[in-house]
Parts: sequence; structure tokens; C-alpha cells
Amino acid sequence: MSGSVERDAQGRRRARWTPWLLLAPGVLWLFWFFYLPLYSLLRMSLSTKPSRFAVPEFSWAWSNYQQAFSDYGSQFTRSFTYALAATLLALLIAYPVAYVIAFRGGRYRNILLGLVVVPFFTNFLIRTLAWKTILGDQGGVVSLLRTVGLLDANEVLLRTPIAVIGGLTYNFLPFMVLPIYVSLEKIDPKLLDAARDLYSNTWRGFRKVVLPLSLPGVFAGSLLVFIPAAGDFVNAYYLGNAKTTMIGNVVQDQFLVQNNYPVAAALSFVFIAIVMVIVAVYSRLLGTEDLT
Amino acid sequence: MTGSAGTRSGRRDRTRDGTVMSPSGRAGRIGINLAAAAGLLYLFLPIFVIVAFSFNAPVGRFNAVWNRFTFDNWLNPFADEALVDALLLSLRVAAISTVVATVLGTFLAIALVRYRFRGGEGINFLLVLPLTAPEIVLGASLLTLFLSPTLWLFNISFALGFATIVIAHIMFLVSYVALTVRARLRGFDWTLEDAAMDLGATPTRTFWKVTLPLITPGIVAAALLSFALSIDDFIITYFVSGPSTTTFPVRIFGQSRTATPPQINVLSTMILIVSVAILAVGTLAGERRRRRTGF
Repeated sequence: MSGSVERDAQGRRRARWTPWLLLAPGVLWLFWFFYLPLYSLLRMSLSTKPSRFAVPEFSWAWSNYQQAFSDYGSQFTRSFTYALAATLLALLIAYPVAYVIAFRGGRYRNILLGLVVVPFFTNFLIRTLAWKTILGDQGGVVSLLRTVGLLDANEVLLRTPIAVIGGLTYNFLPFMVLPIYVSLEKIDPKLLDAARDLYSNTWRGFRKVVLPLSLPGVFAGSLLVFIPAAGDFVNAYYLGNAKTTMIGNVVQDQFLVQNNYPVAAALSFVFIAIVMVIVAVYSRLLGTEDLT
Repeated sequence: MTGSAGTRSGRRDRTRDGTVMSPSGRAGRIGINLAAAAGLLYLFLPIFVIVAFSFNAPVGRFNAVWNRFTFDNWLNPFADEALVDALLLSLRVAAISTVVATVLGTFLAIALVRYRFRGGEGINFLLVLPLTAPEIVLGASLLTLFLSPTLWLFNISFALGFATIVIAHIMFLVSYVALTVRARLRGFDWTLEDAAMDLGATPTRTFWKVTLPLITPGIVAAALLSFALSIDDFIITYFVSGPSTTTFPVRIFGQSRTATPPQINVLSTMILIVSVAILAVGTLAGERRRRRTGF
């Protein structure tokens, strides 16, 4: 059975049972602890739970969804607005970093990439707490902005949307840098030479060659920032106030503090549905298939 | 380097055919370098604060305002026992979840890259979906599963705690491992296995002597990533950990309402140093291996 194994163009074997044996444990785990929970979340979102300590009962209770929309509309809007702002900011900060590492990094490429990842070896909560210190009312940033005149003496950064968006941008930044870097790194330098030979200046060469070829990275990066940012509650918890609560804060509070599981489940479902619609529309607009 | 003749010769202001680059081009070049430097500085700003505040003698219970320099926190890094217990629990969770997720994920990756079979594309989709779901939905949905034991196929239920945390971590790590290992396996030359078997090796021997050593770097990279992701995870863990089982991040979150002892900063700085050391050793080993074997 040695040399005679049948293989396709990628060297893959044709087989019937072996792959399924290899797949079974992982797929079963995902089925059991990812897909089945989604079903139980759906069931929970249609259940009723008359009191805090009652056992939830399935009863086609669509009123949970009604409540999710009517009571928490502003938190939904805020989550997606903040996430969009954080995604755009992250793109603005990440693109030059990825560009310089990919095109000017030379021998130091790997070290520079390492530098992008190193800050994220400290815990997410501790980084956010550090931002709380940096943006604090007695912190350096506030006093600097007051000296320059960008902030009035009684204005602050902490407990404002600016701080929350800043925290979201920071915490998910590497998810923007890395995919953009990967797509930039794949670009053949000869293409840039060709553009130059055809009398294209640097800016035009960038716009016509580099930017289009990096769009798959931008696409992946913006989803990798937008989705976790929209669902986050830690940044709003530490850096915001009652007026900056996001949908994650509500879900967290309803689930773990109020124990109002049905409404919390309905909120989660509405949230994931909106995320899926946004992802679908965005993929249509900036689909990667015809760009790569 | 872009590889153009102009940059290679070191005359950065000249383009390929020797014409002097326009001043706006040079300004743009400096501008983008500055923007990248500012970006890196932004990335490191909180890290400087975390390390600096590990040397702070805080006034009151919150280590948030700079008071004065001290070595006390570093001399007593394990003073907060509950925090140390939480860190040890996190390490245990990460070790177990990493081992299981790495095995399951590697099986998935091998099956997808090595074999051609009906349904492969569907499996791909099944794997990617958990990665696109917001963490809060993963945590919330697992919690509803753990709360409603009647949904279990074998009608077993777990109280929220160590087991549910490990189950959750394995769930979100499996896809990461599968995709990381698959990316590394894509360029693998499977005919090497045929060569080994042509030379008389049994399939088992071929796997241990040829296949495994060649795919090990990818598996190690995936395992390290899993370990880091598991230790860092807060949102999912917070949902499924229950009241009495506290990982490092959950402890920090719970405690931060009433106090933030400087030991938090000391322990995170230690974790940072260890991670950087592992990253550096891994990168060096990888480079040496590439130079020696070309793979």
C-alpha cells in the first residue's frame, strides 16, 4: 500500500473512514459545547422565569425579545457605534505599523512583530486598569490636555465615551495589525518596481497596488476588532459610566447579577443576529473572493 | 525592504532609475515611519504603567495613583494568597485545556489537510463559526447549557466550577489549534510518508519517525497560543466559573471593586517576562531549525 496510495493535486489521500475517526472527537466537542449551547440559549430566550429563584420554563415567550428591543435599544446602538469607532481608529493606527514592518522591517521584521504582540501577554483586565490610571483625573494625559487647552479645568476623560472607545481600540489592536501585515507581506516587491517603472509616484503606487492587495487583511482585521469590541463589557465597566453601558454590560448584569436568564438570552440572540447581518453585508461590500 | 534598487543602495531619496524622489514622497516616508513609531508607543504605554506601578507604594487599597518608589511588592510577590491561588488555578486550567485542545485540534487539522473526503468544506465552516462568535455569546450560551441539564444527551450535569471552565476553554481553543496547525501543514509534502514506507517503514513507524517530527513546530506554536489564550480569558470564564472557582482574571475583576493590590502588577510583570522569554527562545529555535533543515 506504499507508493500506490492515490493522491490528488495537493497530495491528499482519498479515504472514507480514517478522516472521520480523526475528526470525531473535535467535532463532537464543538457540537456539544458550541452548537448545543446555542440551541439551549435559544430555548432559554423563549422561556419564562417568574421570579429570581424560579426554574425557567420553555413557553414560546416572545415577550423577552420585545423587552430586549424596547428596554435596551440605546445600549445596542451604543455598542455598535463604539465598536465602529474603535474599528476605524484601530485601522488608522494599525495600517502604518503593519506597513512599516512589512516593507521597511528588513531583518527586524520578526522582532517588530513580536513587539506588537508582547503587550498582550499581560492580562486584558490589567491593561484596561492601566488605561484607567493613564486617563485618570489626576493622570498625565488629562493634565497635558488641560495645559494645551484641549480640556477645560473641570472636564475629564475617564467615564466618557472617549475613554471607552480608546480602551476598545487598544485592546483589540493586534487583531488589526497582524492580518494587515500578513496581506502586505505577501505582496511581490516586483509589483511596486513595475508601478515605479510605469512612472507611478509613491502615493499612486500605494493607492493602485498596495492598498487593493491589502484589502483582505483590512477586511479580516476589521471583523476581528469589530466583533469582540461590540460584545465587550470590560472597557465600559472600567473606563465608562452609567451613560456608556454597552450591550455586553446588560447581558452580563441580567445573567450574572439579576439572574434574569430569559431576557439575557434574548438580548444575546438579538446581538448575535445583528452581528451576523453586519458581517454578511460587509462581506458583500468588501468580499475577499474577487480581491485575492 | 521593498527590494527596489533604490532602497538597497542606501540612497533612500533616489528612485530606481536614479531620479531624485519628490520632497512630498520623502515627507510621506518620514510621516509613515513616525506614525508607526507612535503606534508602537501607544501599544506599550499601558505596559510601562503596569511595570512602573509594580514599584509603587499605593495610598489606600487602590494602586491607581503614583505615590512613591518601593521594592516591597517585589520582595513579597505572593503576599495576596487568594491572588496566587487564582493564578495557580489559571495555570492548571491552561495546562489541561491546552493538552486536550491541541490533541483534538491537531487531529482535525490532519484530517482536513491529509485526506480528501465528502463533507470537508462543511467541517471547515463548523470550525470557523466559533471563532466569529462574540465571547459574551459563547459564555452565555454555555451557561444556559450548564443550567439546563435536561438538554444533555446522557443527562449528566456539572456544577459550575473547574470542570465547566476547562470544558469552555477546550471548546474555544480547538478551532484556534485546528486552524493554526492546518496553516502550517498546508505546504507539507505528504509523499515523504510514501518514501518512508517504500523504504520499508511500517505506517506506525512512519508516523513517529517522519510525520510527527515534521509537523511538531506547528503543533508547538498552536499549543503555546492556546496556553496564552486560556490564561488570558476572562469573559467566557466569568460566565461559567460559578461563585467559588476563581481564575486569575476573574479574581482581578472581582477584587477590583474593593482593592487593586500592587501584587497584581508584580505577577503580571512576571508573566510578561516569562512569555517574552518563551517567545524569544521559540523564535531563535525556529530560525536555527530553518537554517539547518530549510523547513
